[in-house]
Amino acid sequence: MTVGAFIQETNKPEGWNRPPVMKPDGDGELLEVAMGPHHPSTHGVFRMDVSLDGEKVIRLKPVFGYLHRNHEKLAEGMSYLGSMPFTDRLDYICSLTNNWAYALAVEKLTGQEVPERAEYLRVILGELTRVQNHASSIGFLIQEMGASGTPLMYAFKAREKILDLFEGLTGARMMCNYMRFGGCRVDASPAWLDDTRKVVAGLPGFIDEFERLLTGNEILMARCQGVGILRPELAVNAGVTGPMLRASGVNYDIRKVDSYGIYNRFPFRVPLGDHWDVYDRFMIRLLEVRESIKILEQALKEIPAGPVMDAKVKIRGFRPKPGEAYGRIEAPKGELGFYLISDGGPNPYRYRVRPPSLINLTILEDMCLGQNVADVVLIFGSVDIVLGEVDR
Amino acid sequence: MTAEGIKMMIDAALPGSGVEIVTNPSVSGQHSLRLDPSHAVAVAKFLRDDEGLSLDFLSNATGVDWPDKEITEKVKVKRPVTKTVDGVEQTAEETVEETRKRVEPGCLEAVYHLYSVARKHGPVVIRMRTVNRTDQVELPSLTSVWRSAEFQEREIFDLYGIVFKGHPDLRRLLMWDGFKDHPMRRDYVDPDDFEYEPTAHDEVLKRAEAHRAASQEGRAAGQ
Amino acid sequence: MAVEEGLKIELGKQGVFVTTIEELYNWGRRSSIWPMQFGLACCAIEMIATTMARYDLARFGAEVFRPSPRQADLMIISGTVTKKMAPQVVRLYNQMAEPKYVIAMGACAISGGPFKQGYNVLKGIDRYIPVDVHIPGCPPRPEALLHAFMTLQKKIDAQPLTGEGRPRFLDAQAQGEFPVPEFGEHDLEPSSNKGVWPVPVVISAGTKGLRD
Repeated sequence: MTVGAFIQETNKPEGWNRPPVMKPDGDGELLEVAMGPHHPSTHGVFRMDVSLDGEKVIRLKPVFGYLHRNHEKLAEGMSYLGSMPFTDRLDYICSLTNNWAYALAVEKLTGQEVPERAEYLRVILGELTRVQNHASSIGFLIQEMGASGTPLMYAFKAREKILDLFEGLTGARMMCNYMRFGGCRVDASPAWLDDTRKVVAGLPGFIDEFERLLTGNEILMARCQGVGILRPELAVNAGVTGPMLRASGVNYDIRKVDSYGIYNRFPFRVPLGDHWDVYDRFMIRLLEVRESIKILEQALKEIPAGPVMDAKVKIRGFRPKPGEAYGRIEAPKGELGFYLISDGGPNPYRYRVRPPSLINLTILEDMCLGQNVADVVLIFGSVDIVLGEVDR
Repeated sequence: MTAEGIKMMIDAALPGSGVEIVTNPSVSGQHSLRLDPSHAVAVAKFLRDDEGLSLDFLSNATGVDWPDKEITEKVKVKRPVTKTVDGVEQTAEETVEETRKRVEPGCLEAVYHLYSVARKHGPVVIRMRTVNRTDQVELPSLTSVWRSAEFQEREIFDLYGIVFKGHPDLRRLLMWDGFKDHPMRRDYVDPDDFEYEPTAHDEVLKRAEAHRAASQEGRAAGQ
Repeated sequence: MAVEEGLKIELGKQGVFVTTIEELYNWGRRSSIWPMQFGLACCAIEMIATTMARYDLARFGAEVFRPSPRQADLMIISGTVTKKMAPQVVRLYNQMAEPKYVIAMGACAISGGPFKQGYNVLKGIDRYIPVDVHIPGCPPRPEALLHAFMTLQKKIDAQPLTGEGRPRFLDAQAQGEFPVPEFGEHDLEPSSNKGVWPVPVVISAGTKGLRD
């Protein structure tokens, strides 16, 4: 069965809820390979049970749970604020956007207001996180293609500068634990804002260098174009969000749809993909970094003075009234949502993380069927998952 | 797109489908619709395919455990009471207050959050409840309507034990296949592997004390 | 028979290099430890950052990270070991060829870390395999991983080749392969390896001792 025929068969709603059954050519036995959980190219402990007919993938079943640290059960035993450091460890590359999503969900539950300076700081830190996440993701993808470390070194060079900024403001490189319900933990000094302006001024040069190295590269184009096609209707039905959804041509960016925070003050474009393949996902991330740089420059210019924490907020004895709320943001990997049910006590009754990486993996099998096994690694890398979020 | 408006549309299109509104007392204003399990798939298809709603995006599917509740209430009952008045026994009916305890059976619940990518609105919250927590734990699977429910319903099965009928591949997702419990339930007991705990408190302290006593006995016997 | 430092330096100035076989052997072993590319969770990102250009780990001898356990000398357990993953970790450790070392990086690998009260979290990898260096932190900074690497190098330097403290591969009685735990119905079976991890006894001082 060719890839083209397979795409036509799934062009109906009835064909969406299961990947099509591929029939191998010939009579031989299928080769069952378990890729993972210890594998140099899976982003952590992830396993794929792949059935191969020669080089072609006939069936692919992802297996995870190797990093299941029962974050949701722990949160039921801790106070609301006590879960904030644990949200850092969900998507461990982007800890500040995880904090923001949780703070947003609790603010939806209680109706707290966030002062303006805190909103600007949240936007600045969120967009810095997006820049370093997309750069690392492209670096890892190209390393898995065989580039043996060099693009990753360039990406981590920019990432180290951004991590120095995080350490200067929040005290930690990776697990920042900075957002609070109703604002941010500490204020940013003018010296820190100057440092940030210098780093942001250097970012366009970094992205230009990255693009020059990579975009016209023959090997990249030959390996990535036409591989791992994901149709927009299937993407929407499967709950895919983030750069993967936009690379399939669907214009849905939660920063524009929900307009949470103060994102309606920043005019930025949403890049969309035309060919729905791995190359599009890679280019979308580069273009999103450019849009983030524009947002950062504007936010750093306009940030007002003022408090960073709501004056009426209660830290000790924080007991939201009974009810439930679902709050979501556009994290660098997709839609990160938190669903909280409160029963009036100090601990949440139900605390649920909606992990973008797990739900983006739903159609991994559909994208890989009929492709070569060497492309499975590329397609998987373009989904850009983090196991801490998939397994929680 | 209020919950009442959606309920009216569903009642108009599929009468008798048993949709109720569950109000949400918090500030978020996200009220939910409780679906009857026998009509859930039809209602879900309507929500996805209707032109005005086009809720084509299932964002989040999760489970909630509502354990059995023991309710103590004071009830006024008429009881025959025997009293001795002036040496003569008399039986009369009097109203007496009694405290009665009854167990309200709990259930497991599946909650779905729906959004619309075509019309950019949402969220619409729908819920389904099982009959009880022990043997009647089946709910229909919505994987045939939204593909993104596939892994999330597997996770609800793994951690809560709700069996989804019609799910194409219902296996455990996060725990290993031989695992027997459903860990996210409120009455789950952790396995006892805290032999060494230097800063223990509460139940962990009680378990650590038992282990400490056993290991000190072993040391004394060994000497 | 060891040679005095002064004599060594004098001879060295003349171009004569005096040493013992033990020193030379250990110097070769410790200067070329190749770690296995084995990252579990968040600490793995700090491990990768340690190998990048800013905190270069290659200048300490860890030139290449080998994906295959057969070709690696050091396993850096970076991240939470869950019960689902624990049999795989022990199997990988068994597949490594001697001499092999283990660094437990981060609070989760030492004792379960912040996720200690977990039904799926193994409370420390030293319940099943012997660990040489522990690095506290959540996550430990790249400088801490470099310090741990240097500590491991000092430990190897101090190992004699004969007698009591000799390394495992020179000792015929020492155990090189450790039993792999199985998936039970509620927990791993066995829940820890009593030969590797004798349950530490906590002797509580009590408040009386503190007041006296």
